[in-house]
Amino acid sequence: MPNIQKLKNLSGKAHIVGVGESNKLGKVPEKSPLAHHSEAAINALDDAGLELSDVDALFTAGWSTLDVAEYLGIQPRYTDSTSVGGSSFVIHVAHALAAIATGYCEVALITHGQSGRSDRVPIPRNPGTPMAQYEAPYGIIGPPVSYAMAARRYMHQYGEDRTRQAMAEIAVSTRKWANLNPMAYFYDKPTTFDDYHNSKWVAWPFHLLDCCLVTDAGAAIVITTPERARDAKNGSVKILGAGEGHDHSGISQMPDLTRAFGRNTGPQALEMAGVSHSDIDLAMIYDSFTYTALVSLENLGFCASGEGPDFVASQRTAPGGDFPMNTNGGGLSYTHPGMYGIFTVVEAARQLRGQAGERQLEDCNLAVAHGTGGLLSSTGTVVLGVD
Amino acid sequence: MSNVTPKPQPVPQPESDRYWEGLQNEEIWLQRSKATGKYQFYPRNFSISDPETGSDGIEWVQASGNAELFTFAIVHVAPQMGFVGDLPYITALVQLEEDVIVPTNIVGVTPEPESLHIGMALKAVFEHDPDGQTLLKFTPA
Repeated sequence: MPNIQKLKNLSGKAHIVGVGESNKLGKVPEKSPLAHHSEAAINALDDAGLELSDVDALFTAGWSTLDVAEYLGIQPRYTDSTSVGGSSFVIHVAHALAAIATGYCEVALITHGQSGRSDRVPIPRNPGTPMAQYEAPYGIIGPPVSYAMAARRYMHQYGEDRTRQAMAEIAVSTRKWANLNPMAYFYDKPTTFDDYHNSKWVAWPFHLLDCCLVTDAGAAIVITTPERARDAKNGSVKILGAGEGHDHSGISQMPDLTRAFGRNTGPQALEMAGVSHSDIDLAMIYDSFTYTALVSLENLGFCASGEGPDFVASQRTAPGGDFPMNTNGGGLSYTHPGMYGIFTVVEAARQLRGQAGERQLEDCNLAVAHGTGGLLSSTGTVVLGVD
Repeated sequence: MSNVTPKPQPVPQPESDRYWEGLQNEEIWLQRSKATGKYQFYPRNFSISDPETGSDGIEWVQASGNAELFTFAIVHVAPQMGFVGDLPYITALVQLEEDVIVPTNIVGVTPEPESLHIGMALKAVFEHDPDGQTLLKFTPA
């Protein structure tokens, strides 16, 4: 089990000093996935006032760090290709904290790049996995089908109508945030509860507006020591707490369809940071589906199991609400190239540094960024705070 | 309705040959721990309820095929081209009498939410593919 006392000693021992996206998100057929990696890396380093030659540690998922480092032309002294789905990049933040605090490296670069919409190469699948053997032949393939079955079980346990209402609340509130973010895919497109209920079925109980976007996008994060963070060009953000883990791969093996691994990573990250749920000013919760955000709030401990629908009621997570969530517009309405987790950290850092433009929160001092990967399989949670 | 893209076929592994061979004979064979009596799905090289004993700790037992619906979805957008001709189709997790969860399809009912309720009794049906493996599906009992 994690040693919380030792982890508390790590709290704040590394800072995020740069974040960035690739230059264009959405439909970008003229860019390869590695081009998204490199553009985002250079943008994040520029945000930090650093250069590629300063980087001595590389973290990525989806690709091997071998390929990304070669493309970037760097020779890292610390390397981490942990790839457990969209949560990976949040987990990388924690790994970078540990690596920097223990002296393996000083300037860590986390990169992401995916052409989820335009890639010329299909995602390779390993036909030898149990998922390929026991689920895929039945058409249980990919996130919508698997998450829909989890959501249906939740509805059975906690009520279909109130779950449906909660999913609609999240779809509408998240779109309102996207309407404040010029980089969001749906920046110019408001949505209503009627739009939600009238959108087509993808995998019942999921409407189209329960499902994240499929886009081309990249992002990157630069992390360094507290000492070097003093020179950060645009300010820095402390990494205060973290947790990671997973409890299955295929959806049929999930121990409890309504309790993902955030049940462990949320409380651990908060305890390591020495803060409580009521201290959190911003929740960046991976929303691959409306249901993912709903159940994650419960798993993380913001409310009890089955209470999520009451927690998000009446547009409480929307602009002006008292629990701001997914202020970039989320995977639902901003961007979602396949493994979105890194964008939760990018937005949290921007809000904590006061650089979120029209959607900037007042008094944003503490944020939780929470990634979910695979088929509700893995989670990574970090607590970030103003420096 | 042409359906030129093949569906993904199961590739049995050494520890699951017996499971897939069983389905071809319209029999469901599950692994059970000799020490704990607990069944497991899917087949492994050892029992996850008694890891220390290794492969000697497992016995194969024929299951009844009786099950309850644990959860389901109704797929309207094919996740892979091979399933376009099946739309809409029902995916499900079912709980066998032996207390394991199995991924499957529900067949023989209209693919609408009203046709299905969680906890409904199901029985096994075997869908043979002359060129591939037999799939284990379920229909209302």
